[in-house]
Amino acid sequence: MSDQAVKKSLFTPFNIIAALIILGGIPIAIMRFTQGLGAVTNLDHTNPWGIWIGFDLLTGVALAAGGYVTAAAVELFGMKKFHAAVRPAILTGFLGYSLVVFALLFDVGRPWRLPYPFMVNQGVTSIMFEVGACVGLYLTVLFLEFSPAALEWLGLKKIRKVVVRLTILLTVFGVVLSTLHQSSLGAMYLIVPSKLHPLWYSSYLPVFFFVSSIAAGLSMVIFESTMSHRNFHDKMDAHHIEASRHVTFGFGRAAALVLAGYFAVKVFGLALGNHWDLLFTGYGFWYQLELIGFVAFPCFLYALGVRDKNAKIIKFAAFWTVLGIVLNRLNISFFCFNYHLPASERYTPHWMEIGISLFVITIGLVVYKFIVTKMPILHQHPDYPEEH
Amino acid sequence: MSTSRRSFLKWVAGAGIAVAVPKSVQAHDHFEGYADSYGVLHDASLCIGCRSCEAACHEVNDLPAPEKPFDDKSVLNTIRRTDDTNYTVVNKYKEGPPPKNGVFRKQQCNHCKEPACASACFVGAFTKSPEGAVVYDESVCVGCRYCLIACPFNVPTYTYDDALTPKVMKCTMCLPRVKEGKLPGCVEACPMEALTFGKREDLITIAKERMRKHPDRYINHIYGENEVGGTNWLYISEEPFEELGMRTDLGITPAPELTSGALAMVPVIIGMWPVLLGGIYVINRRKDIIAKKEKEDAVAEMKAVTTAEGEEKVKKAKEQALKQQGFAVKREVKKALEEAAKAKDENQNGEEAK
Amino acid sequence: MSDMIYTLQDFMTHTKGVVYILAVSYLIGFTAFWCFLFRRDKKED
Repeated sequence: MSDQAVKKSLFTPFNIIAALIILGGIPIAIMRFTQGLGAVTNLDHTNPWGIWIGFDLLTGVALAAGGYVTAAAVELFGMKKFHAAVRPAILTGFLGYSLVVFALLFDVGRPWRLPYPFMVNQGVTSIMFEVGACVGLYLTVLFLEFSPAALEWLGLKKIRKVVVRLTILLTVFGVVLSTLHQSSLGAMYLIVPSKLHPLWYSSYLPVFFFVSSIAAGLSMVIFESTMSHRNFHDKMDAHHIEASRHVTFGFGRAAALVLAGYFAVKVFGLALGNHWDLLFTGYGFWYQLELIGFVAFPCFLYALGVRDKNAKIIKFAAFWTVLGIVLNRLNISFFCFNYHLPASERYTPHWMEIGISLFVITIGLVVYKFIVTKMPILHQHPDYPEEH
Repeated sequence: MSTSRRSFLKWVAGAGIAVAVPKSVQAHDHFEGYADSYGVLHDASLCIGCRSCEAACHEVNDLPAPEKPFDDKSVLNTIRRTDDTNYTVVNKYKEGPPPKNGVFRKQQCNHCKEPACASACFVGAFTKSPEGAVVYDESVCVGCRYCLIACPFNVPTYTYDDALTPKVMKCTMCLPRVKEGKLPGCVEACPMEALTFGKREDLITIAKERMRKHPDRYINHIYGENEVGGTNWLYISEEPFEELGMRTDLGITPAPELTSGALAMVPVIIGMWPVLLGGIYVINRRKDIIAKKEKEDAVAEMKAVTTAEGEEKVKKAKEQALKQQGFAVKREVKKALEEAAKAKDENQNGEEAK
Repeated sequence: MSDMIYTLQDFMTHTKGVVYILAVSYLIGFTAFWCFLFRRDKKED
């Protein structure tokens, strides 16, 4: 490749915007670690968690659920025709979780102490202890699940063989750990019945979070495959392009079912809490918007798309479901948290908090782009034909 | 401080898991807390908003001096909350006639019997001491601020402006002083005896006695007797508690109970998910193997019919199998069939090896 | 004192801690048990 070609490929709109965001994020990151959280965030004593937790952590983990959902479908439930979707899903899962941990380094006061809960003093009564343990372990599992792609790229055949042999074990562990921490992220809010709006507070919170994470995972896989199609078409082989069609319809059908179940459990939770009267208050309408507009509606869209064999509708439903998950997680952590306080005592993110969030996401996109371009993710490595 | 952290592993390390099983004081997992723990009774009807307690607190705990001095009454014009520069604040909630000129209440950590902060902390930085104080251990704190989220009274605060050693700030009930036999700083400083230090149980008796003597003066409720499982700091008042900026909708469920159900599901999932998922995997693998064999059998049969050679081989294989193993199980036959088919395949086109 | 539990919080610290240790041992044990249960099958396949 000539020098000119390299230059041309470097100055794409994506690369320029990404570089600007990352360059802009670095000074904020430096401020955060030299002047403290107070300098870059709007966090206060009443609102100690902002978008770094509500968006980067809660939403990030839910949207990274595609890894365990796809791996379980293919490796355990025997849906081999989705096999080509496993690697991209595992990759986004791995990157997603890595970013969650990376974002957490900004949010916690003393990030270098993150191993303390496990190494120094175990706060086992805390839901967060379980979340931390599971996220840490799952990140390791995802790394191992992802490693064959990297090892193929590096040509390390022997190590790859060992890791591939562990696939089933890793998948089972991945699903166990994901079930635990996806649900526990919801369970973290069980301790605040007095702060979270009763329409969102429910003893079912862990169930809501777990079920919606499956819908999120399925939708993200569809959404990502759409994006890959658009942006990395040249990197995909015929096998993956064919599989992507299967994924759209197969996962679309699954998502329709899961969203139907999620809708039902949400309504059951509402009935058990006996909060019908709250449905027609301001928060109630907001709740209805979430439940009908972002659960029932995409559920119906999915069903429609699958019945009519219309990939466009399914792709839109996937996008809409993802929005709904973002809305739900932000409702719980932000819009409906401290609902009883006057607006002046509520939290709104500082622009630098948003800056760091964008910074983190952009780093993720750049790494994703690098890996997809270099490693056998969207295509098979010529040396390792399908082994199943 | 030996009681500052009572982590699980230390118990185990102490004497081995089998020997060191601690006994519950109460049967049926019902816990009454430390029987002789101390607390403070705040009689809001006696409080005059002089802020002596705030001043004493700052002095005793070496807290930074506030912008406005403690005798500046203008501070009382706005409702404040505790922040990272103080452990306690007194607010004026209503105007009133002299001599008090208003209705006041002091706020600080309520030292719950079952603290939400301790339940929420994933590094066990909070401990309920036998003396009644909920103490925070900075040396292990990661700074996740889940305690600030969890506390129903919004008590803990965080030093957000500290870059390297940020920490939680919270009233300690002056535990070091209490251990020395002294009164907490605020209690000692109060000129109106609006604060009474003593054993929690005695304080409840005192509170009830005051209510009995002055039934028309007090609201018939001891705030903190049962709220969120009970607190060691108790309040009585002549005004409804909600008018003193106190939440009366907190319920009586102790924080650990809110999460115990979810925590109890963790081992269930760890126990049953591998069984369930492993089972599904095995079922699907069996299906695959059977489907594969059926396919191979069909192919073998087809080929056996068309080629005499193949037929002979299959027969031979069948006979061999029968001879060698007597009444061999069906699977063995299938296997032989499969081998024969494979052998034939290999003969026919050498490249199609498995 | 250390062998008496007065609060639900301390009780849960103890029981959940024991359960966490048991759960991790179970995961390791289950993997081993799985291998024990299926090894012969695998050789036949």
